Amino acid sequence: MTSSEQRLDAIRGGVPPRRHNARTIAALTGNPGCVRRAVLDGAGVDKPKLAERIGFPARFGQSRFAITRGNAFEAQVKADGGAELLRLVAERLGVEPDERADWTDLGADDDLPERHARSRELLVAAAPTGADQPAALFDHPLLSLEVAGRRVHLEPDLVAARLAGRFHVVEIKSFPVIDGQADPAKVAAAATQSAVYVLALRELLAAAGHDPGLVSHEVVLICPRDFANRPVASLLDVRKQLLVLRRQLDRMARLDDLLASVPSDFTADLAADPATLAAALSRVEARYAPECLASCELAYFCRHEARGHTAALGRPVREALGGLATVAEVVALADGARTPDPEEAEAAALLRAAARLRAEALGVPA
Amino acid sequence: MSTLRALAKAQAVAAGVAQPVATVRHVHLHERPLVLVPLALAGEANAPLAAMVGTAPDEARLLVVPQPRNRDQRFRFAAELAEVVLPYVDAHREVSEAVPVDRGRDVRYRYVDAPQVLVPNPAGITFLRLLGRSTRFRRPDGEHPVHPSVPLLGRWLTFFADRAEHPGASALLAMTDALTLHWATGQSAVEDLHLPALLGWIDPPPGTTGAEAAARAEDPGTHPPAGPATDPDFDNHRLAPAIAAYAEAEDDPDARAEAYATLESLLRDQLAPTWELMWRGVGLLRALPPGARVEGRWAGDRDAFTAHAEHVDAGGGPQPRRDGAVAAAVRLHRLERALTSYAVQRAYDDPLVMAEHRLTGEAFVGEVTLADPARVDDSGKRPVLRPRIQVVTTEPVLVPVGATLYSPARPGQKARVVFLHPADGKTEVVLELSGGMGRGLTAPPGSVPEVGERLCYTTLSDAYLPAGAFPAPEETPWTHGGPPVPAGAEAAGAATAGDAAGDPAPDGDPAEEWA
Repeated sequence: MTSSEQRLDAIRGGVPPRRHNARTIAALTGNPGCVRRAVLDGAGVDKPKLAERIGFPARFGQSRFAITRGNAFEAQVKADGGAELLRLVAERLGVEPDERADWTDLGADDDLPERHARSRELLVAAAPTGADQPAALFDHPLLSLEVAGRRVHLEPDLVAARLAGRFHVVEIKSFPVIDGQADPAKVAAAATQSAVYVLALRELLAAAGHDPGLVSHEVVLICPRDFANRPVASLLDVRKQLLVLRRQLDRMARLDDLLASVPSDFTADLAADPATLAAALSRVEARYAPECLASCELAYFCRHEARGHTAALGRPVREALGGLATVAEVVALADGARTPDPEEAEAAALLRAAARLRAEALGVPA
Repeated sequence: MSTLRALAKAQAVAAGVAQPVATVRHVHLHERPLVLVPLALAGEANAPLAAMVGTAPDEARLLVVPQPRNRDQRFRFAAELAEVVLPYVDAHREVSEAVPVDRGRDVRYRYVDAPQVLVPNPAGITFLRLLGRSTRFRRPDGEHPVHPSVPLLGRWLTFFADRAEHPGASALLAMTDALTLHWATGQSAVEDLHLPALLGWIDPPPGTTGAEAAARAEDPGTHPPAGPATDPDFDNHRLAPAIAAYAEAEDDPDARAEAYATLESLLRDQLAPTWELMWRGVGLLRALPPGARVEGRWAGDRDAFTAHAEHVDAGGGPQPRRDGAVAAAVRLHRLERALTSYAVQRAYDDPLVMAEHRLTGEAFVGEVTLADPARVDDSGKRPVLRPRIQVVTTEPVLVPVGATLYSPARPGQKARVVFLHPADGKTEVVLELSGGMGRGLTAPPGSVPEVGERLCYTTLSDAYLPAGAFPAPEETPWTHGGPPVPAGAEAAGAATAGDAAGDPAPDGDPAEEWA
């Protein structure tokens, strides 16, 4: 065990690290500048439990209606040994669909290392060699990625399709595409998650000496069309997401650098006293933005901590306020109650003018 | 975000309560708006679950879909909603007024009022747009017949959703948008989308700060979300068992009635708090005096309402799934013009909005120190009245000599900057006036600013923006796909072109089913 690993182990309080999945890895690409998040995720701390323990539980519940519908749609698309799936994917990629495809379900209930070994073996053996190979579909392959120095297994939630000489990641999602348009936020989330799979699949092939380019950066997204259950396939180019993801994973691989800025007695041990935990967390720098509320389990704690800071109002507000950090500074400069430092002079003049104009328009003394 | 609005947000944090960012109301408010609070079933493509709808706080009608995945029940919901929406729409078609057109050579008619729908948030608008999309192509005959009111409802909902995209229109408003147009809270824009928290900031209960009220409003147990998405805990622990109980009671009328009553009361409890908030929001907005140009923009809504009603009466078809090339260009042009004119009109109506432009140097306020109202320019072919005034301002003047300025006090008059002299923190601006003074060589009293008048001059112009010229659809240039082909041929063309959805005929597929 390296010193970093020992350190991370100590931060967690000796419990095993929480397992990542494509969703949690995809979430890492948001707010890359946040040290608190990078350290906690790198250590594999159970952030939902941590947030609950310190009194700021996350609100990421999922409705069982949504889960049921998602599962039903996935089962429908994959029915019949993937015949419909193959037709959709082939049509979208513009290749002549084969009559049938090899369908391999890698999702049997073996233990993880065994499943991973089997996935690797079969996928490497099936590496595309040319366009004349028959189509092959691999359901639930268990992939892995290096996250913060640890190999992380990815919960299987995709189909890898070998078609026309390349592997394509196929994601089945149950949000609708209506008249060719889907909810942009959901598409963006799906693209980032797919990028995680593309990256893992590429690493797997590269490790076996194959060209990682055999895995296409074009992901096939399958969604219900309009208001019915009929599936429709679309292509997503995930090159941008791959870049962001790689950058963040590289950053986490250099966790040692980050840990250097963290107090040596920092702990996120769930067994510790909530007040101790909160105090420890507040000594690791966070970069709260309102967008965190949608992606990070600790967001409510950080938001509470960021009260009175302009960042809590959103980046556009903070920028419009000349980048000043706190609301108190803004108000003091606007009222003229504080003399600005030279580097604040410009922002202060603008705020003074703004305050005067507001007061004039509202008919109150400035 | 302008610095002025950002400062208002900072002040809201410091004061613990939302701060005004408008001194007048910039949206039209109907005497009896139709408030509509929809709920959708999670995971489905816009499947209605329930709605509370009505035109007065004590006239709430609750619509419930006991089995939201059942297609027939969904269309029954649409028919029930049509029973409320269509009579409300029709009630505005009784009285028309004559509007002169073509410089008074002709008249056209428009209804003196138009319907107005209010939903809690932008997601509510999306819900109505998709409900309109899923119903307007339905048919009362054929394989999956629906009640004849369903496609008509779909066309009206689509009309409202289209208006909601039009800047400055008030036919369909999201309450959170309308409120944040007038108040700045001490929370972020994302958090402002939550109506209970937003109203917590604007109108906190006595004895609490806005921040406290907003924090309390984030507990979905006590403050249900304003829809259309429901709280997952509510779904899992209360709604799912109630829907299951209803489904299981299929053969037993008594048990079924009881299960329905349970479901109804559950959904009423989820909707009623938002219903109350909607009317509180209406009350807050109504307390603001309307801006001077709000009525004119509402006339635009009435024009659009009249045109759509006439289109429907004349047997016109439902709105297409997607605009053709020419229609899309025309729509974009219309929206851009509306956006420009809406921004200008709000600034003209509201000194607090104009202040944002003064801060960026697009406008300034000063006092008239010299005026020569009788000045005549006789350098041209014939003499013309060109009075000059000098305005002195302490505000930064960023406009160059030669620029044309306008004043909200005399919107029809142009003022050309002829001379700028900054000195001791003040700027003397000499302006040459034209227009708005009659045709003679003497300016009528009041048409030229007098010495001592305090005036705002700005680069923003409320002048009529001429509409662009577009070709007829059958003359669509080849760069934009060429003239549209007849419906059948188009479907074939789209499929071969690899069109994203592989669209069938544009009038929609009547057999298309909800999940």
